[in-house]
Amino acid sequence: MQVPAYVEYEKATSVDHAIALLARFGPEARILAGGHSLIPMMKLRLAQPETLIDINGLSELSYITVTDGELRIGALTRHAQLLDQPAVGELFAILHDAEKVIADPIVRNWGTIGGSLCQADPSEDLSAAFAALQASMVIQGPDGRRTVPARDFHTGPYETVVAPAELLTEVRLAIRPGGGSAYEKVGRRVGDWPVGAAGAAIWLVDGTIAEAGIGLTAVGARHFAAAEAEEFLRGAPAGEASFVRAGEIAAEHCDPHSDQRGPADYKRHLAQELTVRALRRARQRAAQPSAPHRVAGRRA
Amino acid sequence: MQITVTVNGAEYSREVEPRLLLIHFLRDELRLTGSHWGCDTSNCGACVVWLDDTPVKSCTVLTAMADGRRVLTVEGLEQGGVLDPIQQGFTECHGLQCGFCTPGMMLTARWLLDHNPDPSPAQIREALSGQICRCTGYENIVRSVLWASEHRAQ
Repeated sequence: MQVPAYVEYEKATSVDHAIALLARFGPEARILAGGHSLIPMMKLRLAQPETLIDINGLSELSYITVTDGELRIGALTRHAQLLDQPAVGELFAILHDAEKVIADPIVRNWGTIGGSLCQADPSEDLSAAFAALQASMVIQGPDGRRTVPARDFHTGPYETVVAPAELLTEVRLAIRPGGGSAYEKVGRRVGDWPVGAAGAAIWLVDGTIAEAGIGLTAVGARHFAAAEAEEFLRGAPAGEASFVRAGEIAAEHCDPHSDQRGPADYKRHLAQELTVRALRRARQRAAQPSAPHRVAGRRA
Repeated sequence: MQITVTVNGAEYSREVEPRLLLIHFLRDELRLTGSHWGCDTSNCGACVVWLDDTPVKSCTVLTAMADGRRVLTVEGLEQGGVLDPIQQGFTECHGLQCGFCTPGMMLTARWLLDHNPDPSPAQIREALSGQICRCTGYENIVRSVLWASEHRAQ
């Protein structure tokens, strides 16, 4: 029987209260959101917090809105809520591609966007998707709010820039014209972590790639991104030759390791091939006239 | 810590350890043993119950997180001695062999039918994709859910 070790528990009643509790209980306190990464890690003693600060009651952190030209996602938004919102898929198809292959429908009902990002698992699909989209993360602490680019958010496996007394509150995605995005994942079976995965986001101007983002999952890419491949794509024609070369560059610069999910050379092959596939689909989507974006303005 | 949870319409207040998992609270504290405790790793779905309005894997939820919320277990599907159509469907279509996965399967299926009263076999399989039948009786499970979709409660 796997059960977590003894732990203290506090229920936060507001964002400020959560931050005050974090400050009071110190670095051995952990935020409890969906708990679908934290609780399994506590069962295995890979995580052993002294205090859990439950933020599940903070409805002010559960929302998806379009504000000031940005899609804004509250950190407590559940995976299923992101998947249920058609406007999210219309604006950033990569998010729906990724969400459909994260765990299973029941886990997605309770697991949260912010929890996934803060868990910072090297195999977490959303981290690469947000890296590709060049998202920014809003972090709140005792001294107020700060915003960091997605690529500065993760500092290593299971590590982020969120300080012990801080809380990730929101993810922001700039809505720019001419964009298309996609996510491609290979797993051993349905619902599993990826063997390897790649996400691509491109923004086209007259058939040329004006801006590109490539995210890589589970292949040892720094900050979940393929910066060298992105640099190559900027200004390149949005065609097959560019995509194939970008895939090669992405594969050259990642650092996969052999494990129970597959050998390193196969993962490197996946980084190359899945980058190309994601770029192809992103281009198809970028070429389609975008529908008017309606978000239900949900503040769940 | 003191918690109050509404399970199948009845309110329960108990003193629990914060680390107590919801599945163990339901089974050991409330003696509602219909929810099964399976893989312990949120893979198998035998422990699925509803938390408020959505199915969750109760081996990965602390009882403390259910404080002030509603829980629905398989014991709450039957109403006034009448089986829910989903329970009837599993009976009619031989939707279970050993029965271990059945409570979780039925609770997810009930949720699916509430949101999509006329699902395709593919939609049923997708909805149940986080749950494992070790007897591999998936064909009959899908038939059972289809039966329930065709025989809605009066």
